[in-house]
Order: sequence, then C-alpha cells, then structure tokens
Amino acid sequence: MADKGTQVKMEEIAGGAGQPITVLRFVGDITSTSQAAVLGTYQGLPDTAKQILIDFSKVEYLNSSGIALVIQMMIAASKKGQTIQSFGLTPHFMKVFTMVGITRYTKLHVDEASAVAAFPG
Amino acid sequence: MEPMHSSIELSLPSRLGFEKIAMNTAASVGRIMGFPDDRIEDLKTAIAEACINAIEHGNKLDERLCVSVTLAMTSDSLEVRVLDTGTGPKFPVEVPDIDKKMHEEQRTRGMGMFLIQALVDEAEWVSTPSSGSYARLVIRLPKAQELQVK
Repeated sequence: MADKGTQVKMEEIAGGAGQPITVLRFVGDITSTSQAAVLGTYQGLPDTAKQILIDFSKVEYLNSSGIALVIQMMIAASKKGQTIQSFGLTPHFMKVFTMVGITRYTKLHVDEASAVAAFPG
Repeated sequence: MEPMHSSIELSLPSRLGFEKIAMNTAASVGRIMGFPDDRIEDLKTAIAEACINAIEHGNKLDERLCVSVTLAMTSDSLEVRVLDTGTGPKFPVEVPDIDKKMHEEQRTRGMGMFLIQALVDEAEWVSTPSSGSYARLVIRLPKAQELQVK
C-alpha cells in the first residue's frame, strides 16, 4: 500500500491592505515522508515572502511526524521574521495542535477569510 | 442480558502507511459500539501513533516482521493492543514543550506517546522479553451508551 503522499500548491493572494500573502495549500497526507513537500516547498519561497498562510483543508491524514515538520517550518519562519496563519484543520486536529502547543505560535482559523484577515496590513 | 465480548485481530507489515488499516478498522468498530465521532477521531490518532511506534521503533521498519493489533470489545469499552518485537519505549514519556521546540532546545519529533496518553482513557506499555512489547489503549463508552446484547 503506497503512502498517499503530500501534494502542495503555492499561490500568492492579496491581504486586506493589499499586501502579498503566500499560500501553501497541502493536499493528502502529512507524515514523516512529507519533508520535501513541507520543508522543501517552504525553503523554495522567495525571501520577500513575509506573510505565509497554510491551508490544511484538503489534508486527509496527519500524524505526529507530520506535525513535527510543520513545527520545523514554523521555526524557520520565526528566524526569518515571517508570520504564519493556518486554516482548514478538522476540529480533531485543531485539538491535537492545541495539545502540543502550536497555538502559541500560530492561530488556527476555521476558514481562509478569517485567516487572511488576521494578518497585519 | 449477556455482556458482549468480541475481538478482532490484525497482522500488519512493518511498513509506514499500514497503520491506516488499524485506524480504519478501529473506527468501524467504534462506530458499531456507538462511540461519538470525536472519540473515534481520538482513537484513530492514538492507534496511528501506537502503530507507527511499533513499525518504526519496535520492528525497525523490517517488513519481514508484523505488528499485531488486537481490538477487544466489551459492553462498555474498547481495548486495543499493538504488539511488536521490540523491547518497548524508553520512559518517561516526553511532554512536548513548544517553546523549547521553537528555540531548538527539544527535538520536534517524539510527540506520539504524549498524544496517545492524552487521547485515550487508559494507556500503558508492557514489555515481555520473550515475545516483544505492546501498547495497550482503552477507550470507554459514556455510561448511558453501554452496549447490551439481548
């Protein structure tokens, strides 16, 4: 049985004040095998990317190894002074992310509109 | 009325991804037993983490070895045992500290056992030197929902 794998689409949208927001839309599974998709994609972002929005709405399966990769991305973003907002997690994974403390460093929004609105203009 | 006792056994190859079989089987059992959706999601994640630990650490990703998963149902609880050939985890269970992780003072991985303990009603790890070790997870039905067989 093959791991479903992680697909990621990157796009740029405009925030409330017209500032550019880089969106990373993950699809499929986020597990220990997702390093290239998660960290590789993040590391390929231009240095001008200051506001990053993570879309989890099409993620079907997440485990603790995948969550570790998300944290590694947050560490790298923190070092660069980038702001991360997230949306689209199921209520269960919002609970799991809260349990491990991720909510201290990024807010988990229920939808894209509220996540976009949370970025400073 | 007779108390209900049934069990299901799975034998999974030690390959990442196969934990989904145990997750989905447990979810089906949980639904049959009447667990609410949120508890089923808790159980799925806990079982995934236990199976991944068994596959990666217990059986060292050796696909010649199997992870045995047993689901045992009673009238008020579901017990899951995940058995591998290893010697069991090192204790104590590491509590994730996000501040330390963000400052690279704690590794980002290693949250599996913490999540297992947080998501089920009972969790223990048992080592039996001659036959390996197992994780035992239990979730209990709320009192009003205990199953009865007429």
